[in-house]
Amino acid sequence: MQAHVGVPSTTTVEPATVSTNGAERRVVNDFSIQVATVNGSGSQTANSVLMRSIFQMGVPVSGKNLFPSNIAGLPTWFTIRANKDGFTGRKKEIDFLVAMNPETAREDVERLAPGCAVVYDEPLKSNQVRSDLHFYPVPFDKLVTPVCPEAKLRKLVRNMIYDGVVAHLLNIDLEEMRKALSKQFGERKKKAAELNWNAIVAGKEYAEKNLSKSDPFGIERMNQNAGKIIIDGNTAAALGCVFGGVTVLTWYPITPSSSLAEALMTYLEKLRKDPETGKGTYAVVQAEDELASIGMAIGAGWAGARAMTCTSGPGISLMSEFVGLGYYAEIPVVIIDVQRAGPSTGLPTRTTQGDLLANAVLSHGDTKHPILFPSSPEECFSMSAMAFELAEEFQTPIFVNTDLDLGMNNWMAEPFEYPTEPVRRGKVLTAEDLDRLGSFGRYRDVDGDGVTYRTLPGTAHPAAGYTTRGTGHNDNAAYSEREDDFMNNLDRLVRKFESLRLKLPAPEEFANGGARVGVVYCGTSRYAAEESRHQLATEYGIDVSLLRLKAYPYSPELDAFIDRHERVYVVDQNRDGQLVLLMRLELTPVRIGKLRSVRYYGGMPLDARTVTDEIVRQEGL
Amino acid sequence: MSAAPTMPPKKTNRLGLEVIQYRGGKTTLCAGCGHNAITERLIEAYWEMGVRPWDVAKISGIGCSSKTPAYFLGQSHGFNAVHGRAPAVATGALLGNRRLKCVVVSGDGDTASIGIGQFMHMLRRNLPLIYIIENNGVYGLTKGQFSATADVGAKLKTGVINQFTPIDCCLMGIELGATLVARSFSGDKRQLSAILKAAIAHNGLSVIDVISPCTTFNDHEGSTKSYAYMKDHEEPLHEVDFVPFYEDIAVDYEEGAAWEVQLHDGSRLVLRKLDRDYDPTDRLGAVQALSASARSGEVLTGIMYLENERENFLEMLGVVDEPLATLPERMVRPTQEALARVMDEFR
Repeated sequence: MQAHVGVPSTTTVEPATVSTNGAERRVVNDFSIQVATVNGSGSQTANSVLMRSIFQMGVPVSGKNLFPSNIAGLPTWFTIRANKDGFTGRKKEIDFLVAMNPETAREDVERLAPGCAVVYDEPLKSNQVRSDLHFYPVPFDKLVTPVCPEAKLRKLVRNMIYDGVVAHLLNIDLEEMRKALSKQFGERKKKAAELNWNAIVAGKEYAEKNLSKSDPFGIERMNQNAGKIIIDGNTAAALGCVFGGVTVLTWYPITPSSSLAEALMTYLEKLRKDPETGKGTYAVVQAEDELASIGMAIGAGWAGARAMTCTSGPGISLMSEFVGLGYYAEIPVVIIDVQRAGPSTGLPTRTTQGDLLANAVLSHGDTKHPILFPSSPEECFSMSAMAFELAEEFQTPIFVNTDLDLGMNNWMAEPFEYPTEPVRRGKVLTAEDLDRLGSFGRYRDVDGDGVTYRTLPGTAHPAAGYTTRGTGHNDNAAYSEREDDFMNNLDRLVRKFESLRLKLPAPEEFANGGARVGVVYCGTSRYAAEESRHQLATEYGIDVSLLRLKAYPYSPELDAFIDRHERVYVVDQNRDGQLVLLMRLELTPVRIGKLRSVRYYGGMPLDARTVTDEIVRQEGL
Repeated sequence: MSAAPTMPPKKTNRLGLEVIQYRGGKTTLCAGCGHNAITERLIEAYWEMGVRPWDVAKISGIGCSSKTPAYFLGQSHGFNAVHGRAPAVATGALLGNRRLKCVVVSGDGDTASIGIGQFMHMLRRNLPLIYIIENNGVYGLTKGQFSATADVGAKLKTGVINQFTPIDCCLMGIELGATLVARSFSGDKRQLSAILKAAIAHNGLSVIDVISPCTTFNDHEGSTKSYAYMKDHEEPLHEVDFVPFYEDIAVDYEEGAAWEVQLHDGSRLVLRKLDRDYDPTDRLGAVQALSASARSGEVLTGIMYLENERENFLEMLGVVDEPLATLPERMVRPTQEALARVMDEFR
C-alpha cells in the first residue's frame, strides 16, 4: 500500500469538515472504529466483514487485531482505520467504539475523547459512564434469538449483529457487506453465510427503527482501492517463499510466526505438488525446537536446498549457535523473524523491531548477518523471494525481519508482481566443472569478492567431497588452527559482507529538496513516519525528508542522505534505538553527530503522533 | 635377475574401487583409541558393500568421536557441526537430498547429554541413516569428565565415582522408534563389521552403540568402559553374519539355530544363536534382554532389534523422488497464472 506521502490525495470526497456545532459536523472517511470483544468469541468474521465492506467502497483502510496471549476469555480489540489520504497506520485515538466486552466496557468508554460514538450491548449501560459521547444501545441477546434458533451458535452469530448496526450508522452499503460475507464463507459454507447475513440484517433493521444518528462519522464511496488486495504480511511472506522456490521449511510454532509457516504449508500443498505423481517439490518438518529447526534448515541448505525457517525473538535466541555455524561454514539459509516484544517471553502478541541488533551480530565471536526489512505485504512477498537469491549467492544466513503488526494484521496491497529474474543457485560446481578444473578449494577466494565455490553433497565426482566444519579451517576446508588461516578466513568474510552490501535493495527516499531535517526508519515504521511528515508539514510548517532503509548492512545512500541534512531522526520501535546503534557502529563521527533518536517500545504499532511529538520536542518547535 | 616380479592384482570392490579410496585423513585421536578401530570398520564396510563414496554424507557433532568423519571416506562430503545437533543437520541434509546415504558419528556426550532431545526426536522419525555412538563413558576432549552413559559405580581417573543411572541409548532406540538397534564393541572386528554392513543395507534408522574405550581417560581399573572390563563382561547375543544382496553365497548355519532376515535391498542378515532363542524382531524381548543384562553387569552385544517393514521419514513426507536440492526452476516456481489466481482470492 502506498500512503500518499505528505500530499493528501485528490478525491471526490470533501475533506472532513469539523465544526463545534455537533450535528452539522461531518467526518467522512477519516476515523477509526474499535470493536472490543472477548478472545475466542468469533468476532474475527464480523470484524473482517466490516473492514472488507469499507475496502470495497474504495476507502483506504487497515485492520489491526490487538489480542492477548490466550486461547479464549481475555479481552481483545480490533481496530479499523479508514483514511481517505491513505494513512492507514495506527492512530491512537478511537472515534467509534463497539463495546461488547463487559470486562473492559467501562475503561473502553472512559478512554474516548468527547464526541466519539459508542455502540454498546444494552445491559452494559455504557451510557451511564459519560454524557459527552454519542450512545447507541443494542439488545444483542434479544436480537440474536430469532435469527439463530440454535443456542450454541448464538455466541458466534451475535457479533454479526453489530456489523448491521454499524453499517446503518456509518452509511456502509449493505450490499458490500453481503459480498464481503460471501467472500469470507465461500461457496461451500452457504448455510453459515445465510445465518450470519440474517444477523447483519437484524442489526440493520433494529438500528433503522430504534437508533437516531447523532455522531458525525460516515463512510462515502471513493475509488482508491481499484485492483488492490487485502492480505496479512505472514501470508504474503509465505507466498514469496513459494514463488521464491523454497524447497525445505523446518519450523517450530511460535507467535507471531506460526501463521507464516501454516500459510506456507497451505500454499505449498496447493501450488507445489507434481501433477503427475502427486508428490511435493518441497519438504516441511515441524521440528522439536528451534535448535532443531535451524539445524535442519542449515543441513538442507548445505545439501543444496532452498531452506528456511521462521520464528520470533525467543526462537532467535535459541538459534544463535547454529547461525554462527551458518555464517562461518558459509551455508545458505533464510530466517524470517516476525518480531514480537522482548526481552524474554515479553509480550508475545505485541509488535516491536526488537531483534535488529541481535540478528545483525547473532552468535558468539565475530559475526555479521544481512537483514532485509519489508514494510508492506508487497515487500514481504518480494523480499522473502529475494532472501533465497541472496542466501545462495552469498552462501550465508539471511534474515528477513518483519514484525507482528505487519505479519498478523490486514493490509491493503497491490497484487504481487511475479518474479522476473530466474532462480540463481550461486557458485556451485558440478561434476562436469570438476572434470575441467581437476580440483577446487572450498574457501578459496577465486573471484576476489569473498564468495567462494562450493559443491553439493552427492556430486558424483571424487574431487567433490570436503568436510564442512565450524572449527578453524583453511582454504581447502581442512582443519587448521593456524593464525594466518583463521584471520584470512575472517577477513574474507568481511569482503563477502561488503560485496553483499552492494547487492541489497536501495533505500526509498521522499524529499522535496531543501529540507534541513531528515527522518530515517525501516519496516513498519514507514506508516507512522510518512504520516508524521504530513503532520509536520501541515501543523508545524516544517518540511522533512524521509529515507526508508530496506536492508542491513546499510546502503551507501544513507551516508549521502545524512550529508544533505543538518539533523537526522532515526525512528526505532525498540527501547535501545537498535537501528541507530547499528549506524553508530560504522558511520563517521561527523555523521554520527547528526543522528537523533525517536523510539517507541510499548508494543503497539507505531503511530504518527508519537513520531511527530518527539521530533517537535527535540526540534524545540 | 629375472624381470621384476609381477604385482598381485589390486583388490577392488564391485565398483572397481580400491579400499584406499574409502580412506580419509590421518587420525589425530590418541593411539589405541577405540574410535580409530570403528573408523577402520567403517572404511571396510563401505568398501566391501561397494557404496559410492560420493553418495555418502558424514555428519557429526562435537567431541572426539565427531572428529572421525574426517578420517574415513575422504571423497564424501562431511559436516562437523555443533555439539549434540548432528541429528538436525542430518535430517536437513536428507530433506535436501534424499539420495544421500547418511552416516552420523556421535559420542556419548554428544548423544546422551547435550543432544539427547534431538537424538530422541530423530528416533521417532525413523530417519533413514546410520547413527553410531562411539561410547566411552567420558568426555575426552575436555579431559575426562563423566558422561551420561557412565555406569553407576564407575570410577574416573581422579577417583570420582559415578552415582547416576546411565542412559541406555539402545533401550531408548527400541522404545522410540529406531528400526535397527545394535550394540557392539570397538575391539570386536567381526561383529562390528557385520552390523555396519547390515546397517548400510537397512532402510530406516540404525542406531549402533559401540563401546569404545578411551585409552587416556577411561581405561583404568574401576572403569566400566575399559578394554579389560569389556573383555570380561561382553556377552554376544549371537554371531552376526551379513550377506550383501549382490553375493549369492550359501550361508552355513544350522536350521533352527539361526535367524535369517532379508533386508529391503535383498541382503540377508544371519544371527547365529549362542545360548538362547533370541528374536530380534520381538520388541518386548529386546527390552527384557537389555534390562536383564544391565542388571547382571554384562554388556550384551549384537543386533538387539530389527524392524524391516516400517516406512522411513522421507517416505512418509510424500516428497518427489529427485533431490529437492537440484530441482529445476519450473518445478519450484509456480506459474504467473498461479500467482494471479492466488491474488484473486484476496481481492
